[in-house]
Amino acid sequence: MSARVLVGVKRVIDYAVKIRVKPDRTGVVTDGVKHSMNPFCEIAVEEAVKLKEKKLVKEVVAVSCGPQQVQETIRTALAMGADRGIHVEVSGKDYETLGPLQVSKILAALAKKEQADLIILGKQAIDDDCNQTGQMTAALLDWPQGTFASELTFEADKLKVVREIDGGLETIMIKLPAVVTADLRLNTPRYATLPNIMKAKKKKIANVKPADLGVDVSSRLEVLKVDEPPQRQAGVKVETVEDLVGKLKEAGRI
Amino acid sequence: MSNPLRGEVIRLYKNLLYLGREYPKGTTYFRERLKTAFMKNKDITDPEKIKKLVDRGDYVIKELEALYFLRKYRAMKKRYYEPEH
Repeated sequence: MSARVLVGVKRVIDYAVKIRVKPDRTGVVTDGVKHSMNPFCEIAVEEAVKLKEKKLVKEVVAVSCGPQQVQETIRTALAMGADRGIHVEVSGKDYETLGPLQVSKILAALAKKEQADLIILGKQAIDDDCNQTGQMTAALLDWPQGTFASELTFEADKLKVVREIDGGLETIMIKLPAVVTADLRLNTPRYATLPNIMKAKKKKIANVKPADLGVDVSSRLEVLKVDEPPQRQAGVKVETVEDLVGKLKEAGRI
Repeated sequence: MSNPLRGEVIRLYKNLLYLGREYPKGTTYFRERLKTAFMKNKDITDPEKIKKLVDRGDYVIKELEALYFLRKYRAMKKRYYEPEH
């Protein structure tokens, strides 16, 4: 199979970090905070590498959009087994407003340029929880999409995707080229150990600008404010059922 | 001789140190304990014994990888999926 897979990876604040809102409420504190690859993107990379190991695809290309630092994330993808990386340089104000629409335009342009047959993305990023990039990319390319994939199998020139949906699992058959977004149970991502990271240093990361791909990264959204969720009120303990009923009546619940 | 195994031990130490960056109780906590554990065995010269300790170190690496995966999986499952899932 001569298929080429494009995997999008996003650099996000590490899942274990306690998020703090900036005092001016325009966003979240990112300076000096630990960042890593979005967990769903890790699953996407793992799936692409697995497909390559099964010799179902020929090449895995990892893509990320952002400033210099996203190269770390691309290196992690390379350490997990991707063949080469593409760093789409977006920095400063453009990066702050970069969202699924812009990223999907970039991915669509890259898919055409690199002649990719399959795009695998994480289903959503843990920082913005948009769950839009995969769907938008498929729409821009007019490709079928298998979202929330928990199982992926090749059948001749088609892809069988088992999707996790409300109420269970749905199995669909889609033709290649296609876009797939990875859900939690698709696979178990391998850890990018130090020896693999060292080996990955030899792999190439190409530099591209959105303008080179003919993509306009200006945003049509404006973030008005960012607030913390309301503090949890302490609970109240009562002695008897009568007390409980009394308190509920007081709170206007019954 | 302990010389070829010296490279193995250093490799193991570096790998564990790298993994320790993600340790839930903190990098410093991990690094201190890692150093103590290695220093405790610094006078061993029997290659058999060294090989056994290196294997135990590799086992610890696997344990850490499993720990990190489970922690992340459980956090994602808790945040994104209904309890009945």
